[in-house]
Amino acid sequence: MARMKFLCDADRCIECNACVTACKNENEVPWGINRRRVVTLNDGKPGERSISMACMHCTDAPCAAVCPTNVFYTTADAVVLHNKDLCIGCGYCFYACPFGAPQYPQVGNFGSRGKMDKCTYCAGGPEADGSKAEYEKYGANRLAEGKLPLCAEMCSTKSLLAGDGEVIAQIYKERVKTRGYGSGAWGWQTAYHETIAS
Amino acid sequence: MAKLLATIRFIAGALALAFIIATITPAPVSAQGGPTAATSEQQLMQQLKGGVIRGDVSIPDKKAANLIHPAGRNWQTFHTVTLKWVGGIAILGMLALLIIFYLWRGTMKIEGGRSGRNIVRFNAFERFVHWLTASTFVVLGITGLNISFGRALVLPWMGPEAFSTWSEWAKYSHNYLSFAFTIGVVLVFLIWIGQNFPTAADIEWLKAGGGMGKSHVKAPAYKFNAGQKLLYWFIVIGGAAMIISGYMLMFPFYYGMGVGDMELAEVFHGVVGMLFVALILAHIYLGTLGMEGAFESMSHGTVDINWAKEHHPLWVEEEMGPKGARTQPAE
Repeated sequence: MARMKFLCDADRCIECNACVTACKNENEVPWGINRRRVVTLNDGKPGERSISMACMHCTDAPCAAVCPTNVFYTTADAVVLHNKDLCIGCGYCFYACPFGAPQYPQVGNFGSRGKMDKCTYCAGGPEADGSKAEYEKYGANRLAEGKLPLCAEMCSTKSLLAGDGEVIAQIYKERVKTRGYGSGAWGWQTAYHETIAS
Repeated sequence: MAKLLATIRFIAGALALAFIIATITPAPVSAQGGPTAATSEQQLMQQLKGGVIRGDVSIPDKKAANLIHPAGRNWQTFHTVTLKWVGGIAILGMLALLIIFYLWRGTMKIEGGRSGRNIVRFNAFERFVHWLTASTFVVLGITGLNISFGRALVLPWMGPEAFSTWSEWAKYSHNYLSFAFTIGVVLVFLIWIGQNFPTAADIEWLKAGGGMGKSHVKAPAYKFNAGQKLLYWFIVIGGAAMIISGYMLMFPFYYGMGVGDMELAEVFHGVVGMLFVALILAHIYLGTLGMEGAFESMSHGTVDINWAKEHHPLWVEEEMGPKGARTQPAE
């Protein structure tokens, strides 16, 4: 099986936020929750870079390690998914996550958090693939249909890449070689303990 | 004339523009400064040293502006490794000590036997405050330990669904009972502060090992002995730390708290909480199994005069005058 990863080529991202919109639409993400967002560094200054960021589906994911009710599991494609039925909304996965991926709907008084929601790599959840229950809780399951996450599929500059880690790393390496520069595979070191030597 | 003025305006404007451009355009960073000269992940990771790479986002949730937060990995190690060791050593260590102490010393008897006469030690309000704090503490302690150890110890035999349901209710009780516990700690602080300042007798008490050894050394104490005073100040100060860090976790990201503040709050809450549980175990032991005649002070509010004279002689003198001058029996 492939080891699925995300890679955002920051030298191509134009901060159009279409990935964010596509994600929200494809997965019917509720108000106030962003499974994906675009972060701009040095906004308006020289060296400005935008990076589209979501759950990176880490190798030995920190969220899974700290979860008190053990809701996380890793699929054969190395996608990190979670079971919302078991989530108690404690918020620990957000504290541990290096990418700020977990989100919680506000469900009551104080800071009481509902079931955690995060990027599923468009791979749904533990329910049967493509079922209504799965869609309502987790959104689309494009992976089961043989498709990649929509955010990367519709990226207009092909900045955001999704797919097998080795394949997208190769694409990125070739780009860096051709154009002569590259600001790095953002988050790879933290998520996968490796970087792409360019 | 108008033409001349226009020319002057043009020249002045051009000069001003040239000046502005010259001032705001930064000098090139490096000779080969390619498009990525100022921003690369490697560079930012080296600069931040465990903090956060932060940018700007166009969505209202400003937490989302944290791009990469490698410190989450450190907190993960704390939560999954360090805290479990701290808690395990503190709580199991205390249990082991108490068992060893019990096997060595047994229940500390009232040496003079029961006199049959009682003296009021805690009035109804004091007992209410104690049990308010104590009962909420027990629930908070168990539900708190469930967050740290439940996954390893309880989940395997309860099963994921049942454990998740129990943990969710545990979380709600932990959150809501915190308010009652807060009131308890504040009242504990207020009603007993007068008797908890250190005195010379405390040093003697500590030197005598609290009179808890087998040699029956007398240890002087007023209403509270040095050990109880230490416990009192731990409950007040440690309780305050638990309450503040707990409310930070209950109201996450309020008032501009960042993810680093939340992690710090959890570290405090975890470590102090584990020590708290360990100390209260010792307190429960001494108040029940460890000492004859102690528990009734918090159940009925009265203690036997002989018990009081043995454990809190100076307090008995305060209450009854020297040598127990007032000798009318308790009704």
